Amino acid sequence: MTEAKTGVAAGLAESRAQKSAVRSMIERVGTHNLSLLIALAILIAIFGGLRPDVFFLVRNILNIGQAIAILGVLATAQTIVIVSGGLDISVGAIVGMSTVYIALAVGWTGSPLLSILFGVFVGAIAGVVNGVIITVGRINAVIATLGTMAVFRGVAFIVSNGQSISIFDPAFRFIGNGKIFGLPVTIMVLIAMVAAFFVLMNYTVTGRNIYAIGGNQVVARLAGLNVRAYQIGVYTLSGATAGLAGMLLAARTGSGQPISGSDGLELEAITAAVLGGCALTGGKGTIIGGLLGVLIIGVLDNGLILTSVPTFYQMVAKGVLLIAAVIIAELQGRRYG
Amino acid sequence: MAGSSPAPKRLESVVEAVGVSKDFGVVRALDRVSLAIRAGEVLALVGENGAGKSTLIRIFEGVFRPDSGAIVALGAQRVFRSPADAHAVGIRVIHQEPDIIPDLSIAENLFLGDLRRTRRIFFDRGDAARRTRQILAEFGLEKELEPWTRAGDLGPAQRQLMEIMRALRGGLRVLALDEPTSSLTEDEAQRLFRVVRRLKADGVAIVYISHRMREVRELADRVAVLRDGRLIVDRPIAEIADNEIVQAMVGRPISDLFDRSERRPGPPVLCVRGLTTKRVKDVSLDVRAGEVVGLAGLIGAGRSELAEAIFGHDRSLAGSVAVGGRAIRLRSPADAIAAGIGFAPEDRKSQALLLLRSVANNISLAVPDLISRFNFVRFGAERSIAASLVDRLRIRTPSLDQAVSKLSGGNQQKVVLGRWLARRPKALILDEPTRGIDVGAKAEIYRLIAQLAAEGVALLVISSELPELIGLADRIVVMAGGRIVGELPRGEAKEERILQLAMAEALGEVGEARIN
Repeated sequence: MTEAKTGVAAGLAESRAQKSAVRSMIERVGTHNLSLLIALAILIAIFGGLRPDVFFLVRNILNIGQAIAILGVLATAQTIVIVSGGLDISVGAIVGMSTVYIALAVGWTGSPLLSILFGVFVGAIAGVVNGVIITVGRINAVIATLGTMAVFRGVAFIVSNGQSISIFDPAFRFIGNGKIFGLPVTIMVLIAMVAAFFVLMNYTVTGRNIYAIGGNQVVARLAGLNVRAYQIGVYTLSGATAGLAGMLLAARTGSGQPISGSDGLELEAITAAVLGGCALTGGKGTIIGGLLGVLIIGVLDNGLILTSVPTFYQMVAKGVLLIAAVIIAELQGRRYG
Repeated sequence: MAGSSPAPKRLESVVEAVGVSKDFGVVRALDRVSLAIRAGEVLALVGENGAGKSTLIRIFEGVFRPDSGAIVALGAQRVFRSPADAHAVGIRVIHQEPDIIPDLSIAENLFLGDLRRTRRIFFDRGDAARRTRQILAEFGLEKELEPWTRAGDLGPAQRQLMEIMRALRGGLRVLALDEPTSSLTEDEAQRLFRVVRRLKADGVAIVYISHRMREVRELADRVAVLRDGRLIVDRPIAEIADNEIVQAMVGRPISDLFDRSERRPGPPVLCVRGLTTKRVKDVSLDVRAGEVVGLAGLIGAGRSELAEAIFGHDRSLAGSVAVGGRAIRLRSPADAIAAGIGFAPEDRKSQALLLLRSVANNISLAVPDLISRFNFVRFGAERSIAASLVDRLRIRTPSLDQAVSKLSGGNQQKVVLGRWLARRPKALILDEPTRGIDVGAKAEIYRLIAQLAAEGVALLVISSELPELIGLADRIVVMAGGRIVGELPRGEAKEERILQLAMAEALGEVGEARIN
């Protein structure tokens, strides 16, 4: 590399050599992600200790994976939205709308592939609507997506007449419950999406610029970025991803239901993203953090069920977990910031 | 106060650092510093950013504890575990951002926590008001302030004085002021100086931290210079010349801050014609290749607004901007950048830097095309571009991955300049490029400006420090009320002439023409 010749590079190499292996490893993983890993390990130790007979079974681990697949896709997309300085509360409603349109499209076209593409397309359109309202209308993202959430939910009820629409296509049964080489398809979709998001945010100029507009819109604009275009793009991505999550949900339930996705899916996605280290002020957060946030929620859910904690208490536990995580992150920020 | 003669008699030392050292990780912030602070004396503490001034003050204040060495106060060695311990012996620090409770009144802020002032169970309003008026009168503020004025409505100068009033309450012996005039007008600064002189006459020991040589000269009896954590100079101010102080701060002689060699500007590069926005009125201006044009004016004269209009950040209502003879359609900064303009805005933290992101990321922000292929970042290319600019601009950073928030002001400014140099701009607009940065970094930025001019870049420089502007610019354009009101070639650009022009349309507003 050319930089090796310069004085700076020499200085860098020197300072790098001074750092211990542990320090540099911590820096690579990031202090926040490291504490998430520790939290995850603690949860696994607790539930593994309480139910060693079931918890570590491959079946149970795959169960956790399947249970978090939809949330995982949504939470990592939400991470991108939050990093860009926004928030998308309408994703749950888009998931529901997408399941309905996919179920209808299966009836119209008979083609699972076309139906899935249609669901993603509907989600993307919903995202464009969000993005345009927020940027052109200059409306706060929370308010805007709170409004569109109701709209999308309404649309789902209108087009389905409020009825559940069954899907009989075997392709969907395979996506929902099938396995390839022992790995459930839903988990593979999750891994593929997370990998794609990871590459987007860490290895592309687009990802860099999303961090930039979230960090400071004025700075981004004065550096020549088209802030509006990036924002619309981010909401479009979020919508399309919710459309894809709708495909997973339709496949799992074998139907399109206007009510689906309305059980606080969006809040859970935001919870996971914040747990994963996103700052709601934007510019901060990682895909891996978002995924770890989802894994923690998944393990907690699973463990609480295995240890027979009543459902209502599970909700309380999740809320406490979120607040604790944010407090810890805040304390860390004070120490390292 | 009469002029302070360099009193040969030993003044009583109130608090004294004896061989104090302090490390932060591998950085030695203070290295065996011994310094006495004496009653009835103003000690100016100067040094570049990061020289250790703040660390030393925080040790006196009880925020940090020295790793080695001792603090001797009132004749005995003491360990300050918290600011409360320092307050107990009468040491108070007035920071740049005074701590006040904005929703409480002046009186309530002054007597906050002083429960003895209450009578029966209620706060005694009459008594508090009387005492507050008395204190205000001592500071000459009785006409402009009322005891029940909301503290949040005070200006920065008044807040600072209020903080000093509060410090006085508990038997003040040492008052440290950290860059107290950075946000004050000339009049306000003079009023502060009067207060400082009176406190000195009352026997208070004053520590005065400042970048401004003139203030140091005007106020101090003694000057202490810190550099890289070491005490370089500790002498009566009368025995040391300005350039010796600057030299001690920077560690090398500053032969000439400004490159005075004659420049031969080429053809016009940046041509502004009739540019009009809400705050800028019909401005026409040419900047030629290799020319440095200074833009002077009072606060609110429209200089930054003009810069933002040229750069497409502010919507223009009329007029045109051309670069190299080609008119640009200005819809956003992206258009200006594509045409070859670069812009380092006034407030680098809120307008120029992504504080959480790395040095490399901040430098490469405006050159996505050079550091990517098919949208994928080429990290090697990015690092070599960033490393070459870090080298060229001598940006002091432990690594290219360092978050820019951790750099000093001067190095942050260099990162901003690096971002534009990476694009090899035809024209560069610099708004207050040396605000809040230390002398050494200023000298480097002056050199860089001269060097860019020599390379044929057209430079438009905005600065409120007139000596700086006069030193840098080939000609100075003066703005007032959003318009250009005059132009002075290098030979005629004197401070008085510039001020005359700047104030022609804005009578009564001084405060801008501060000299560093």
